[in-house]
Amino acid sequence: MARRYLLEFEKPLVELEKQIDQIRELARDSEVDVSQQLLQLETLAARRREEIFHALTPSQKIQVARHPQRPSTLDFIQMFCDDWIELHGDRNSSDDKALIGGIARIDDTSVLLIGQQKGRDTKENVARNFGMAKPGGYRKALRLMDHADRFKLPIISFIDTPGAYAGLLAEEQGQGEAIAVNLREMFRLRVPVIATVIGEGGSGGALGIGVADKLLMFEHSVYTVASPEACASILWRDAGKAPEAAAALKITGEDLMTLGIVDEVLKEPSGGNNWAPLQAGEVLKESLLRNLKGLGQLSTKQLRDRRYEKFRKMGRFLEPSAFDEELIT
Amino acid sequence: MSLFDWFAARRKDQFVGKVIQETEEGDGLWGKCPECGQVVYRKDLSENANVCSNCGHHNRINSEERINLIADSNSFRPLDKNLSPVDPLGFKDRRAYADRLRESQASTGMKDGVITGLCNVEDIPLAIAVMDFRFMGGSMGSVVGEKITRLVEKATEKQLPLLIVCASGGARMQEGMLSLMQMAKISGALERHREAELLYMPLLTHPTTGGVTASFAMLGDLILAEPKALIGFAGRRVIEQTLREKLPENFQTAEYLLEHGFVDKIVPRTKLKSTLTKLLKLHGFNTKKRQR
Repeated sequence: MARRYLLEFEKPLVELEKQIDQIRELARDSEVDVSQQLLQLETLAARRREEIFHALTPSQKIQVARHPQRPSTLDFIQMFCDDWIELHGDRNSSDDKALIGGIARIDDTSVLLIGQQKGRDTKENVARNFGMAKPGGYRKALRLMDHADRFKLPIISFIDTPGAYAGLLAEEQGQGEAIAVNLREMFRLRVPVIATVIGEGGSGGALGIGVADKLLMFEHSVYTVASPEACASILWRDAGKAPEAAAALKITGEDLMTLGIVDEVLKEPSGGNNWAPLQAGEVLKESLLRNLKGLGQLSTKQLRDRRYEKFRKMGRFLEPSAFDEELIT
Repeated sequence: MSLFDWFAARRKDQFVGKVIQETEEGDGLWGKCPECGQVVYRKDLSENANVCSNCGHHNRINSEERINLIADSNSFRPLDKNLSPVDPLGFKDRRAYADRLRESQASTGMKDGVITGLCNVEDIPLAIAVMDFRFMGGSMGSVVGEKITRLVEKATEKQLPLLIVCASGGARMQEGMLSLMQMAKISGALERHREAELLYMPLLTHPTTGGVTASFAMLGDLILAEPKALIGFAGRRVIEQTLREKLPENFQTAEYLLEHGFVDKIVPRTKLKSTLTKLLKLHGFNTKKRQR
């Protein structure tokens, strides 16, 4: 098995893992029965991991969300979709590899899947542009969503991006316009839309495929209005304050449930999705099917009205009553 | 992310800080154009919509001045003017969000960064929103989002054309994800306005960036912009870092967007009202009810 990539705060586990490896090696070379010892150490490691992951700070969650071995859009698709056929192109001269899409079946339901795709290593990441889509990516996503709308396919969207790509060509091709149109058109869709933040949800680049009837989020995923690094360098004038910014911005699933933005937080295996990807896949599949079933009961009008109302309610402000206003004026 | 980089760049370069400066006499009657250095009589300047008569530089104007330029006198009726911001996250960076809000409220006399309402333009009814850059950089939080959404809904209900004057650094970080969601909320309301086949025109003024560009600023049936206005999604500095090459001189200006097909028309401020009137009439919006 490939060596696990350990995060800074997972280091207390390193010693334990090492001991476990050593004992395993020993057992292989000799006749000594070490199963008892192994079990003890493994239980201990599991408990330590559980403790660490139970108390993750927001900035540690970001590290988990960006973990290079965290299951990606294509990983999840391979895990629980059948007959996956990837579809390409925005029909306007580009095919963005950072935002992919296609059709597949989940059990008996045909669905359209879209999502940002990061790479596992540098080479892959260069090809995938680190999951940062260009305008063509958002336009491809819209073209595919329109297709789903015509053929009555529910839309499953996976969010995993540091943000929309910032570059000369992206500006020239209208990055802002591409995202804006998606926001508006997703309200028009007559099929159920379920979005899941599987890794990091970076600002407008995430929202560009995120106007959904249900927004799911994994336990250690994050969804931000601005990257904590950028936020820290602007508001704190010190990029080193990113952990403080991460905490202040309220970016975890739990926080976003409280704010009425996220509908469901999906439990991750101990140690995060990268420790047991298949288990994460099961959790996601179960939730998607359950939500698809629920949304499938609604008429087109109900679906669109509820989607509108869901976003309509978002925001916190103070509204003086008519009586108060009299006092003010 | 973009808007924040933009803010950072702004702080460094101070390029949006260009305002009419006092001359040495400092009697308040005369000022100096920040662009061409021409000494101008303030009264002349304000009569020319704060556009330098020598070089055509568009000085920043506030939301109230903008409404006075567009609306027939005494026709503007504000909506939801007492909607006030709260501090939903208990946000504190080097300073508390609550303090920043109080400060902006005191200096502008506004509750938050946008004025919305109904008015007449040459007797044609129009729903109008004007963002105010003085209020925390025109950033969009819950109040800005809610007021614009209510205005769009009102316009749809009353079958009115809609104008939103944009001036914003983007989503307001201090309200976190609630700010980001305002982009979707307003876009949803605009979808209904569009479905009702009503005319929506954003006017992009200096600067229009980040989350505002990635939502209602770019959703107009017709998109208008002021000369030289900075309009973009990502900050110039971020792009330079990724690219490691020089960007074109006019990058992210209104003229650049026009060239690349994202703006319909650049409208000098002095011709704003007449252009709006023409466009409204050409689309069948008349003094009484809309005729079709």
